[in-house]
Amino acid sequence: MTDWLTPDEWRAVALSLRVSFWATLASLPLGLLVAYALARWNFWGKQLLNGLVHLPLILPPVVTGYLLLVTFGRRGAVGQVLDHWFGIVLAFRWTGAALAAAVMAFPLMVRAMRLAIEAVDPRLEQAASTLGASRPMVFLTVTLPLILPGIIAGTILAFAKAMGEFGATITFVSNIPGQTETLPSAIYALLQVPGGEGPASRLVWVAILIAMAALLVSEWVARGVARRVSGQ
Amino acid sequence: MTLDITLKHRFGDFALDVAFRAPAGVTALFGPSGSGKTTVIHAVAGLIRPDQGRISVGGVAVLDTAAGHALPPHRRRIGYVFQDARLFPHLTVRQNLLYGRWFAPKGSGPGLDRIVEMLGIGPLLARRPGALSGGERQRVAIGRAILSNPRLLALDEPLAALDDPRKAEILPYLERLRDDLGLPMLYVSHAMTEVARLADTVVLMAAGRVTAAGPAAEILSDPAIAPGLGLREAGAILTARVVEHSADGLTLLDSAAGPLWLPRVAAAPGARLRIRVLAQDVMLATERPAGISALNILPAILRDIRIGDGPGAMVRLEAGGEVLLARITRRSANALVLEPGKPVFAILKAVSVAQENVGAGE
Repeated sequence: MTDWLTPDEWRAVALSLRVSFWATLASLPLGLLVAYALARWNFWGKQLLNGLVHLPLILPPVVTGYLLLVTFGRRGAVGQVLDHWFGIVLAFRWTGAALAAAVMAFPLMVRAMRLAIEAVDPRLEQAASTLGASRPMVFLTVTLPLILPGIIAGTILAFAKAMGEFGATITFVSNIPGQTETLPSAIYALLQVPGGEGPASRLVWVAILIAMAALLVSEWVARGVARRVSGQ
Repeated sequence: MTLDITLKHRFGDFALDVAFRAPAGVTALFGPSGSGKTTVIHAVAGLIRPDQGRISVGGVAVLDTAAGHALPPHRRRIGYVFQDARLFPHLTVRQNLLYGRWFAPKGSGPGLDRIVEMLGIGPLLARRPGALSGGERQRVAIGRAILSNPRLLALDEPLAALDDPRKAEILPYLERLRDDLGLPMLYVSHAMTEVARLADTVVLMAAGRVTAAGPAAEILSDPAIAPGLGLREAGAILTARVVEHSADGLTLLDSAAGPLWLPRVAAAPGARLRIRVLAQDVMLATERPAGISALNILPAILRDIRIGDGPGAMVRLEAGGEVLLARITRRSANALVLEPGKPVFAILKAVSVAQENVGAGE
């Protein structure tokens, strides 16, 4: 059953799944916090934060990759510190690919969550507080369940975006087979050699399947949650 | 449990400056829209932070701006019923009802079964808020607030968003809560019917100030105040006991003012009632009239007469220790030579007492 893809191709698929999984999971708490801050809080520099979050959406991905390299590369400002103090190296590792994917997917995640948070009626939260719930409890018992569809939508969207991330990834961590060669990088690499179209098209099908599955699952889950949340 | 309130608050060109004390029982904050009653109840629950003030519930300060003290809403233990029920859409009715239980002190206050029974919401427990009617929603919201085991229940125009049949459906439940639970309530309303049926104490507000405060029966039948409530709304409150239902659809009641015949009242013989008799429905005669269709003729003493700016006059009567209000014309007052101390007869048509003005009394 596994022989319709070569071990190298399987490795690329597995790596892409791993990179996207961790990229999505790691950005989830931060994404929620930023979405909440943008939706509910008024603070100095709010527009700046908003711009910063959305920047990867409009910058050429190669520019984002370059900026990541300059910042998180071995000689980069942050990369140096991480390497020296924590022994963490991101450049040219799968973790770097995850970072690139996370940064590129972040705006999509934040947008979906922010919309969901803005749609929550603050008067429900007020009602919860009169019933004895503290601010954190109000968030956990009222806000969070109500924005769950948005969180799921944002997460799946971010996962799909991470699966497809190419430009920033290849700029930041190159495409080292088994290390940083994700599904899109592998397709790109195959297309660079004569006779690579056959294997490439198989990977293309895998990419389409994963993307479709992600969409369907998110639709299905979000619809169930939305029905519950709407009070029907 | 008394509620003491002193508040000063300003926003835009509206200035609120009130001070009053609400003893145990139901205290109604009554006034037109924009008089500041919602601001007061919000401040009590901690939903706004007033510029200056002190609020204490049963002697415990929940707000004292002079001391820089303000408890957050969730630590005040003041149950709040909003005009729009604000049920949590993601929870079932049962989960909504039990929401406050997570945070309330354990093992005190009325149980779920009792409140569900009192509010008649048993069949709704498994449903979600989206599947409830407006009246059902509000009953669940009231139950939810009570089950959070509050020290005071604050109701912010809880019936204002409902149509008349729905209001009539909920009022008896509120009366039951008042009579059976003994939970102090602060009830904001601009509907005199609700105030007259529920309140023990009335605080009248206008333009950010308290214009009168005191026991409901006194305030509502004070001829100096009554016109300010809206002439058609002025009326006195009688307490009465059901004696018997007669075969022709009437109910005989016994009150300190004398026997009363009213259209069939849905209460068993012996039940105590609270009846609002509108001033405009009471006629006066200086001699006991004969050959008259009105069924209720109560001997009374005229205590006070207040001539209005228009053609009307508000007359306060005393009948067997109860107070009655009558609104008549100035011309009639002159023709009958009405003056304090004069014995008169108050005439009340049985059918003029609307069903909504008859409620349970303690």
